[in-house]
Amino acid sequence: MNVSTIYRYSYLFKQKKFLETISKHSLLRYVRTSEVVNHGEFEYQDPKSEEDVVNVTYIDKDGKSNAVRGKVGDNVLYLAHRHGIDMEGACEASLACTTCHVYVESSHLDLLPEADDKENDLLDMAPFLKENSRLGCQIILSKELDGIQLQLPKATRNFYVDGHKPKPH
Amino acid sequence: MIRFCSQSLYKNARFLTGLPNQTKCAKICIVGGGPAGFYAAQHIIKTLPQCEIDIFERLPVPFGLVRFGVAPDHPEVKNVINTFTKTAKSPQVRFVGNVNFGIDINLQDLKESYHAVILTYGAEQDKTFGIPGENLQNVISAREFVGWYNGLPRDKDLNVDLSNESVVILGQGNVAVDAARMLLSPLDELKKTDITEHALAKLADSKVKSVYLVGRRGPMQVAFTIKELREMINLKGCSSIFEKEHFRGIPNLIPNLVRPRKRLTELLVKSALETSPKPSSKEFRPLFLRSPLAILGDSRVTGVEFGLNTLEGTELENQRAIPTGEREVITSGMVLRSIGYKSVCPDPSIPFDNKRGRVINTKGRVEHGVYSAGWLSTGPVGVILSTMSNAFETGANVLDDIRQEVINLNEIRPGINAIISKLDAKGVQTVSFDGWEKIDKEEVTRGKALGKPREKIVDIKEMLQIAETGKKVID
Repeated sequence: MNVSTIYRYSYLFKQKKFLETISKHSLLRYVRTSEVVNHGEFEYQDPKSEEDVVNVTYIDKDGKSNAVRGKVGDNVLYLAHRHGIDMEGACEASLACTTCHVYVESSHLDLLPEADDKENDLLDMAPFLKENSRLGCQIILSKELDGIQLQLPKATRNFYVDGHKPKPH
Repeated sequence: MIRFCSQSLYKNARFLTGLPNQTKCAKICIVGGGPAGFYAAQHIIKTLPQCEIDIFERLPVPFGLVRFGVAPDHPEVKNVINTFTKTAKSPQVRFVGNVNFGIDINLQDLKESYHAVILTYGAEQDKTFGIPGENLQNVISAREFVGWYNGLPRDKDLNVDLSNESVVILGQGNVAVDAARMLLSPLDELKKTDITEHALAKLADSKVKSVYLVGRRGPMQVAFTIKELREMINLKGCSSIFEKEHFRGIPNLIPNLVRPRKRLTELLVKSALETSPKPSSKEFRPLFLRSPLAILGDSRVTGVEFGLNTLEGTELENQRAIPTGEREVITSGMVLRSIGYKSVCPDPSIPFDNKRGRVINTKGRVEHGVYSAGWLSTGPVGVILSTMSNAFETGANVLDDIRQEVINLNEIRPGINAIISKLDAKGVQTVSFDGWEKIDKEEVTRGKALGKPREKIVDIKEMLQIAETGKKVID
């Protein structure tokens, strides 16, 4: 390690930024600053009672299931952040991007309020759009959504060096 | 003492993250501080705790097209800057602004100094038609026009003449629609955005009433997306007027279309055939089946001559435009060309496809130790999600190559120190992320005085003066 790296680490340590950057997800629950959790603070609160619990299963792009205990009122994007699930949310739930695109399994899809024009317009830009596509940041947990399964789309493979353009879905 | 302190920090870091004991530091550099660069860095630091990633950016300021491409009236899209800032402030990442790749440093310098080089410098040139009159005064590329209203330093002095009532935009993608929206939006809406003051002043005196958005094919082949179309249709004080005759037969096709095209076509048909345009002082007029043959005028543009087309082919997406032989002239005092971008090759040693305007790569792998991501890699298409996924994929490939020891971390690389001494020798003033934050703060302060979220500084010298008060790239 050279001197400049050491300085950087010690600087960050002094600034109390070291922990938050080095182990973002596992430690956020314990080491929180207003700077990190400027959105999704609510999702970092544990359910107050069993009544409040809404179980959610995230299936990541490699097919691995992650069962988490959410609660009524949680936004599934920020709930995913809390549990270290790779849902990006670049526009911070302001309906300006598609980086929290998920597939909702059929038994729960119809329980969600219908997507509005704005959400649908954005979904139209998402690669690998399916009938059960939604934006994670627009799904707010309610008790009846207990057991909901959300699958993250596979990493996009819509880039081809030979110029081949895949058909839209 | 310093050594002791840092070692214990490292131990803690490994313990806390549960990552394997990695003893050798991977030195990686990224050329281009836009979304692709930041997303690639984000992906790598997530799994590789001990690495040093240096992001070189030509401008003193980071974020590329998020700052200079995204329209000022789409501030939510820019929220991603918060994530990029977190990445830039990670202990492993170092932003180095004001470094001109190809002039100040070249690929060979970087290959010698780093284990891996990731090229993400984007697509900065625009495609041209190669028709007569493209160099006339007030024929402007949409890329420059966007740079002008977004404060890109090299476009700050662009000569934009808005004294004519009609503007022709050649192209029907989202950049074309952005340009149209800027020309037709009520000034009061724009005043609240971070649009540059020089653009705002010109737009305040604008005489522009009609903007034509011209494509060589039909309504079924437009490249803009529904969000952008809906914004135009709902734009205050502006009516969207379509040529009804080009929508004949299209309503019957809608049931068989797939989702994105289906919803877009539904909205087009609804606005073209079922809604009577609201009376407004300004008009947005998408025109179809016209290819520009020549831009007319002596020194400055007076109009565009189009050849009319018909469509051939059964597959809608791939229908081709065939000239009918008929011609038409549209009078216009300004032409914006918006038919796509291409990348440039600032270093002849980069394997580069000149025809397509991008670096030759297979899933982000260019050659041993050299990678690419973003528009430079894929061509200039796609939204931020596409760039993100692509940059993550490249990042994963770098990690794979380190794991498989294709990249040998036993070879010691000097990293930033070697580059900084080269840059120092050339008298290049580098800008750290701390330096950028000084600029950022100043911009926000200036914006506040004007009732805007920020007023961008467009002069590189001025940026450098402000950044100089910040910390150096290396101590």
